[in-house]
Amino acid sequence: MMIAPRLAYGQALVELGQENEDVVVLDADVAKASMTILFKEAFPERFFDLGIAESDIIGTGAGFAVAGKIPFVNAYANFLLGNGWEQIRISVCYAKQNVKIIGHNIGASSGKDGPTHLPLEDIALTRAFPGMTVIEPVDGIEVKKAVKALAEHVGPAYMRVGRIPIPVVTKEDDEFVIGKANILREGKDVTIIACGVMVSKALSAAAALSREGLNAEVINMHTIKPLDKESILKSIEKTGAVVTAEEHTVIGGLGSAVAEYLATAMPVPMRIVGSPDRFGVCGTYDEIHEVLGLTVEKIREAVRDVIILK
Amino acid sequence: MSQSRRQTLQDAKVVAQKMRKSILRMTHQAQGGHPGGCLSATDLLAVLYRCFLRVDPKNPKWTERDYFFLSKGHAVPAQYAVLIEMGFLAGEEIYDFRQREGRLPAYPSCELTPGIDMASGSLGQGLSVANGTALAARLNGSEQRAYVMLGDGELHEGQVWEAMMTAAHYKLNNVCAIVDYNKLQLDGSLDEIKTLGDLRAKWAAFGWHTIEIDGHDFEQIYEAFTEAKDFKEAPSVIIAHTVKGKGVSFMEDEVGWHCAAPSDEQLEVALKELS
Repeated sequence: MMIAPRLAYGQALVELGQENEDVVVLDADVAKASMTILFKEAFPERFFDLGIAESDIIGTGAGFAVAGKIPFVNAYANFLLGNGWEQIRISVCYAKQNVKIIGHNIGASSGKDGPTHLPLEDIALTRAFPGMTVIEPVDGIEVKKAVKALAEHVGPAYMRVGRIPIPVVTKEDDEFVIGKANILREGKDVTIIACGVMVSKALSAAAALSREGLNAEVINMHTIKPLDKESILKSIEKTGAVVTAEEHTVIGGLGSAVAEYLATAMPVPMRIVGSPDRFGVCGTYDEIHEVLGLTVEKIREAVRDVIILK
Repeated sequence: MSQSRRQTLQDAKVVAQKMRKSILRMTHQAQGGHPGGCLSATDLLAVLYRCFLRVDPKNPKWTERDYFFLSKGHAVPAQYAVLIEMGFLAGEEIYDFRQREGRLPAYPSCELTPGIDMASGSLGQGLSVANGTALAARLNGSEQRAYVMLGDGELHEGQVWEAMMTAAHYKLNNVCAIVDYNKLQLDGSLDEIKTLGDLRAKWAAFGWHTIEIDGHDFEQIYEAFTEAKDFKEAPSVIIAHTVKGKGVSFMEDEVGWHCAAPSDEQLEVALKELS
């Protein structure tokens, strides 16, 4: 089954709006793409379109939070974080405001719109803020749980939401706790830590590797910050090697977060699968993933590399 | 002018003079800060806090409070000074300004300081925040108002103009912006660095009700806040013509006092002038 994360997100907002009157939704003229239009239709008085003004929308969201509301602030990830970065830094993070920042059309989602519209740096940009929680749900089912968890979580948070339907790898009754990783497949030879759509590719890679006699553990690291160090350490102690995979640049993302931790906690052979230090291209979702090396085959190669080094 | 109004404004004048002394002592003891832009804002803040802002020093997070945001965060000694006069802070806390310990950092912190609702120090952000609180108040059916003070140089920041459009679009009549128009910024005069041109026309063109005053005339300040509160069709801006360093002869209109601290001798002279 495939679900577009953005559709699940829009539906989740509507459910949340029914449960919690303090939830307000702000969008920067992309409501039809972010699917916040569903919330707008259900709760027009609690929906605010700020127009194409990503610095202003962050500050306005911070103001709602000062007044006790729970604002979900939406725009394309690159524009929101690029134009709103300093506002997120001061009015949200330094001020410790309860603002939920939702970056849309992440990674290769925008396809043929090409490099200007392909955010591959948003985890790096948000992870650097003190006190910021950073989440990338693994699939449409998890998106809904993440939205509810975000509303209950008090403090600044960033969530990435994709546009393109991606495989569903979790079940309705699977647990989702911010900061607690989920082990989707147990194994003893290597640990694959992934987030977002790359988790399903990691599972495919693990299935293929098992035919080669390699037993890979696959962890869904839906919360990139704070990182679930305990789960990582427990797995690495068993496997002794790690590969990470993310739809994001290799600079500053999930792989970096894991490497920063393991470099001191328990250095083991490691590879980071992600976009190299470059911009995307105009292409279909799958073509862009191919060009950037976000593939099942790249994960398999990385696993073979680290196992040789063990 | 009624007797009670005269008395109120007299009180505000006394508060302003005390604030000026606190500002000078703060910047002197810390040997840092921005006294020029504090002294230009002092009279406006004294009238706002004494006569208009509904806040409770015993309950700074009172949910029905009015909001005030100091978007030109470098003038925070002026806000600390008025918070002392209002009873949010103790007088001796002036010695904590810019120190590692205490509640008075160099730029506003909503985490540390009672009576401060938003961090600032990075220019351009306050009006957006004020709009957010004003929209929330409207959603709650509350009469709360949101005030925000902007520097004139701060108006170079693009976010301010985004936020101006937002306030006008939503007809936020519970938002009142105050421009501390002292005509000087760090590198020189605004006319040298980047002129604001016809500032009143610009705000008006963006859909705001504009009020232009002498920002050191207490009667005009009082009238301006009253007019802003009564105007229901649009947000209001008070463009207040002020003098940087107001009240201290050697600081007035001197760009060097944007960011500088008085020496022991200068403090003595300044305090004498204010007595």
